[in-house]
Order: sequence, then C-alpha cells, then structure tokens
Amino acid sequence: MSTELEPQTPEVTENDLEALIGDRALRRDDHLNAPGFVIRPDDVQDVLFDLRDEAGFDHLSCLTAQQYEDRYESIYHMKKYADPTQEVSVVVPTSVDNPVSQSAEPVFRTADWHEREAFDLVGIDYEGHPDPRRILLPETWQGHPLSKDYDQEQPQVVTLAEHANPIQPDHHDEESDTMFLNIGPHHPATHGVLHVKTVLDGETVVDIDPDIGYLHRCEEQMCQQGTYRHQIMPYPDRWDYVSAGLLNEWAYARAAEDLADIEVPEYAQVIRTMGAELCRIASHFLALGTFCLDVYGDFNAVFQYSFRDREVVQDILEDLTGQRLMFNYFRLGGVAWDLPEPRDEFIEKARDFLDELPAKISEYNDLVTGNEIFQVRCNDTGVLEPDLAKSYGCTGPVARASGIDYDLRRDDPYGYYENLDWDVITRQGCDNYARVLCRMEEVEESAKIIEQCLDLLEDWPEDDREIQANVPRTLKPDPDTEIYRAVEGAKGELGIYIRSDGTDKPARFKIRSPCFHNLSSLEEISEGDFIPDLIASLGSLDIVLGEVDR
Amino acid sequence: MSSDNPRQEIYDSTAPSTDTREARMGAGPDDRFNSKLREAFGASPFILTKFDQFMNWVRGNSMFMLQFGIACCSIEMIHTYAIKHDLDRFGAGVPRASPRQADVMIVPGTIVSKFGPRMKRVYDQMPEPKFVVGMGSCTISGGPFQEGYNVVKGAEEIIPVDIHVPGCPPRPEALIYGVAKLQERIRNGETSPVVVKPYELEQFGDLPKDELIQKLADDIDEEDLVMRYNWADSP
Repeated sequence: MSTELEPQTPEVTENDLEALIGDRALRRDDHLNAPGFVIRPDDVQDVLFDLRDEAGFDHLSCLTAQQYEDRYESIYHMKKYADPTQEVSVVVPTSVDNPVSQSAEPVFRTADWHEREAFDLVGIDYEGHPDPRRILLPETWQGHPLSKDYDQEQPQVVTLAEHANPIQPDHHDEESDTMFLNIGPHHPATHGVLHVKTVLDGETVVDIDPDIGYLHRCEEQMCQQGTYRHQIMPYPDRWDYVSAGLLNEWAYARAAEDLADIEVPEYAQVIRTMGAELCRIASHFLALGTFCLDVYGDFNAVFQYSFRDREVVQDILEDLTGQRLMFNYFRLGGVAWDLPEPRDEFIEKARDFLDELPAKISEYNDLVTGNEIFQVRCNDTGVLEPDLAKSYGCTGPVARASGIDYDLRRDDPYGYYENLDWDVITRQGCDNYARVLCRMEEVEESAKIIEQCLDLLEDWPEDDREIQANVPRTLKPDPDTEIYRAVEGAKGELGIYIRSDGTDKPARFKIRSPCFHNLSSLEEISEGDFIPDLIASLGSLDIVLGEVDR
Repeated sequence: MSSDNPRQEIYDSTAPSTDTREARMGAGPDDRFNSKLREAFGASPFILTKFDQFMNWVRGNSMFMLQFGIACCSIEMIHTYAIKHDLDRFGAGVPRASPRQADVMIVPGTIVSKFGPRMKRVYDQMPEPKFVVGMGSCTISGGPFQEGYNVVKGAEEIIPVDIHVPGCPPRPEALIYGVAKLQERIRNGETSPVVVKPYELEQFGDLPKDELIQKLADDIDEEDLVMRYNWADSP
C-alpha cells in the first residue's frame, strides 16, 4: 500500500461538530450517511471555513440544491480526503420569495461550478459568487427546470452568437496581441462536445473558459421520474458511457440499497466487483487510446491496440451481461443473472484475457511510457498541485496522480473489495505523464482483483449462489429520508444523493460527477502552458461529457 | 477479345490478349499497359458508362465520414472505425475532422437544445452532396431522454437524415449495415437534394404569437446571427 501523505486525521465526533458550529446551527437535519446541521444563509462561509480548518473536512464532495414546497435548500456534503467515512452535511435553507444564499466559493473553488449549476437548474442565487452565469443550459433559457413551477412546454429560443474575446481590451497594444480561439463543441480533441473558449497570446494560453452543457440530457430529471426498483437502473449506464456502466450502476445501487436497507448476497457482491473492475479496465484503455490520439496524431498504433484490447473486455462483459455498452446488469439487491453457462468457458475466457494482459501492458509501455517524445510532451505539463486538486474536488486517477491517497474502494469499503488483496496506486508527479501512468498501473491492480474474484467464483458452492436478495416489487422508502453515497467510478468519486418522499420515485436525485470536478480544474492547470499542452491536459483529465453535463 | 468477360484472362492464359496488344502497339517496349487491370479489362482499355453513373459509383465507394462524437453512440462509432470492425473495408472509413472535407455525417447521440444550432452549423459547412446517418434511438426520437426538458426529439428536427440506425446504442455491425445501405443507395443514384426546408424559411414573425417568443425575437440582434441561409449576408 502506498505511503500516507498526511497523518490519519482523528475522528471528529458529533459532539465536537456541535461544539464547533455552536449557535450557528439552527437545528439538526440528519441524513442517513452523515449528521446534518441547518445554518442561516449568511453563515455559509463562516461555518465551512471552520469545518475545513478546525475539523479537517477538506473535501466539498457535492452540493445539492432542491426546492421544497416552502423553501429552497442547498446541502453541502463534506468529507475528508484522509478518511471519507467522516462526513457532515451543512444544510442551508432559503425562502421561496428570495432564494439568496452566501457563496462558498472562497472556501472551496469547486463550489464555483456547483453553485452555477444550482442556480441554473434550481434557481438559487449565491451572493458573492464570482461568476453567476448559467452553466448547463443556454444563456437565453427561461426558467429553472428542476424548480417546482417550471413549465416544460414553454417554448425556448436558443441563439448562436459569435463569442467575444474577453481579454482583448487589456492586451491589445503594439507589443502583444491576443487571439480568441473556439475549441469545440465539434472538435476531435475535446472527447465529445466540450467547448473551450481559449485566448492565446502567441502559443501561450492566457485564458480559458470551459463551456459545458452540450450534452445536458436531464439525467437527474429522468431519474426523478423513474421508480426505484427498475426504471432508474438503465440511466446510470449512460452517464459515464465509456464502458464504465457497471461502476455507475453500482453508485445508484449502493445509494438505493442503503436508503431502503437492502442486504446484497455475498456471491452477487463478488460478481459485481469483478464486473466493475472489467469496466474500469475498458475505461482506462479508452483513456489511454484517446490520450495518444491527442498527443501523437490521428488513428495511430496505440489507439488501435487499445481498442483491440477493449473489444476483448467488451466481449467478456457481453457474455456476462448481454450487452456491449449499456449493461443494465445490476438490480437492487444483487445482479440480474448468474455467470453465463457454461461457467468454465466464461471463466477460462476471462482468465485468458488476464494471462495476456501483462504482455499487452509491456507493449503499451514500450510504445508510450518508454517513448522519449511522449515524455517530453507530458512531463511537467498540466501540473496540478495537491492543494489545488483538493480545493477543486478532484478525485480518482487525477487526484491519485497528484499524490492524494484517496480511493473509496479502500477508504469507504463496499462490495467485496475489503476482502481482496490489491493496492491503491498513487504517483507524485502531478503532471500529464503521472496521470497516464496512474491509469495504466490501475489496470494491473484491477486485473489482480478480477483474478481473485474468478478464483472465488470458480470454487463457490453450487447451492449457495444467491444472486439477488428478496426485494419487494415496489420500493417505498420512508418519507423524507436523505442519503448521499459514493463509489469509486472509473474517473473518481461518483456520488448519488437521494431524497425520498414516501412514493416509489425519488423526490430529488442528484448526481455528483467526478468528471465535472476534474474538468473544473482545467483552467488552473493549463493557463500559462502552450496550446498543445492544453490538449494533452484535457486528454489526461479523461473527461466524459455525458458525465460532466449529465 | 472484349470486356464482356474480362476476368477470365487473369486465370487462364493471357497469351491471346497479350498477342493482340503487342500486335497493336507495334514495335518497341512500353510496359505501362502491362498491368493486371489492363489484363482484366482486355485489349481495349476503355469502359463505356454514363458519367453520372460513374460518379455515383465513385461516390458510393469513397465516403469521407465526419469525425463527430456526441454521446454514448460515439464510443460504438469509434469501435466501428477501429480494429476488428474496420469500416474502411467497405470504402467508408476515412474520418475527417473538418466538416468541409466530409461527405457523411454520422450523428451519434442525443441532441440537446444548446447543441442543436451547432450541429446545424456543422451540417451547413459540409459540401454538397452530403448525407446523414442517424445513429441510435436518440437521433430518431430522443430515445430514453425524450421526456427531458432540454432534449431535441430526434435529429430530424434540425437536419435531414437519410438512414436511421436504431438501437441504444446500435452494435458496430448495425452501424456498418446502415452505412452499407447508404452506400448502396448512393451507388444507385441517390443524391442529397439541395433543398430549403420549411423550417429554414420560417421567420421568427411566423412563429405563434407567443408573448415570450415575441419578446425574445425582439431581443435578437440581427448582427449576432451566425446561421443564415443567405450566403451573401453571412458574416
């Protein structure tokens, strides 16, 4: 196991928190995962500063905004990077007539994008926010779609105006000149439909503004319209669609199972763990392939090799789940079906893949990491310092390549991970090279996990193969229960917040997407670099727009 | 020797045609014509066909695709281009990053309101004749996201679509089948008509006299509009 960066922070008890927040807490509003404190809208910065500096809650994991009949509410879900099982929720209610709350942006940089999203979708104003614009919907949008009084039938007009150069006036003199460059939304290097408004001074990037929302397909609304038992599960596959389907499904499964108190049979947990790690391998292969696409050029060998290997993984997953990409394999309380018959054949196929993997990895290492040109391109470019990474809420390989030892599979155990023998990969490089290498080493760790799972599955007694717990056909969790649960997705911490209202559909379903946070740090890591390094940094952050925009 | 039964000569003796050719060419070596193709065509190096039929054949066998990733389907689209499925085998696998070099646009994913105008613009930048393959349920109807407040209910609301490939997502085989069908149609003379769709002619004033629309239409700065259907006025 890699070395700890900082000493384990001591456990902060609820009494400590009560003492720390003191009179500022109006009342308690506990969630299933964490103690919750209700505070006044003008105390937000004060309380968050105290929690961060005094109690060590250095990770603003998520901000959920929602509207009740009588109030708006912003919930700040806070954790510790050193121990994510220590959580606290800060609940900030605001009135319906005047939904203004203090911005948390000075405390955590990640609150910037989160509060823009909360304003955009729910309609809460954040006082003191540096950049109060819409983030996902077009600027001309009327109304806030997740608020109570939104009329979905009203017509909307979307314009396509020319973008202005924000730096032009202050840089325009005889010596220097700036150029405004739109990268995207249709561009091969943006991994989908990201739009980066870039201002260049020569070849140096002086200002960037990632413009997202070109794939905002209302995932949260879709989940709020579906019933817990079956109708929500197909959607997680489509958040992070780079074969990471099972990892996403697990995020929903974990949140909903904890909400409804469902116990998952051990055998199903092993299958889940194996499937999820196969997805992680496929996802990391795509990250590697497209990164090389960005830095080497069009359709090169590494890209083709990584897609060849992805095909093998997808074949195995297809045997297991019946689908190549959108698996829809998990059920609340287990998985849809057992390993395919004949079992031996499936296990042998998976083992064959694992046996060939070391040779493939060394091939990649020859092609990529041993390549001097690649190293020159990637070493010391796109540097993300650990403190900044924490402030931006970065998780997953992006955080681990900056030396932050944070992996929910180990730190907040779920599934079968705690019974298996594997390591969390961290690297100290903080640059593009470290991020790529971190993913490649994680592939090896995932292979270790799969191997152990296969051993277990092979020897599992035949009369004990329970794949699903007994779950009622209609799930109706107790009204007003709230939970925030996260799993380690391919890109980082993928969290789900669910509030139930006593019906069979969630009243609020909020997705905490790792890519959203990782992408928000792009501004920090690429300003001042050359423009080719911006493309490399974007590739090494490994974003998926389906998950950024949701 | 005629070109009616050409390939025979490759497998059988080539002596008769070679003799004829040499007799025609007369003395002096000129091996420019000693190609397999020449042998295949027979003694007379001509194929007679109509020019437009020839152009259709060429067009159908050399499709330049626009490299256009939107959502989930783009992953399967990349797999279609990459190893194993290799769309290039069918004469349709040259992904171009610029719409100005592309013939076919595969629309792989959900179109949302913010992306709609951008996609229309990319489509407008493609040279004629241009074709569109709609990939996946989202481009047919909005698919699983149809009820979303932000989702355009199918690509056909914005651009004309030639081939719909259903699925969520379609397998690479399905996409290849769709593209092959498109190629077949093009070989048989299908062209993309240069048309102006009714929705393109529609002025804002023709929309229902909704107060909001009216207000927003008044707000629109004519100078700002990038998408125009009148090339002379386009900025």
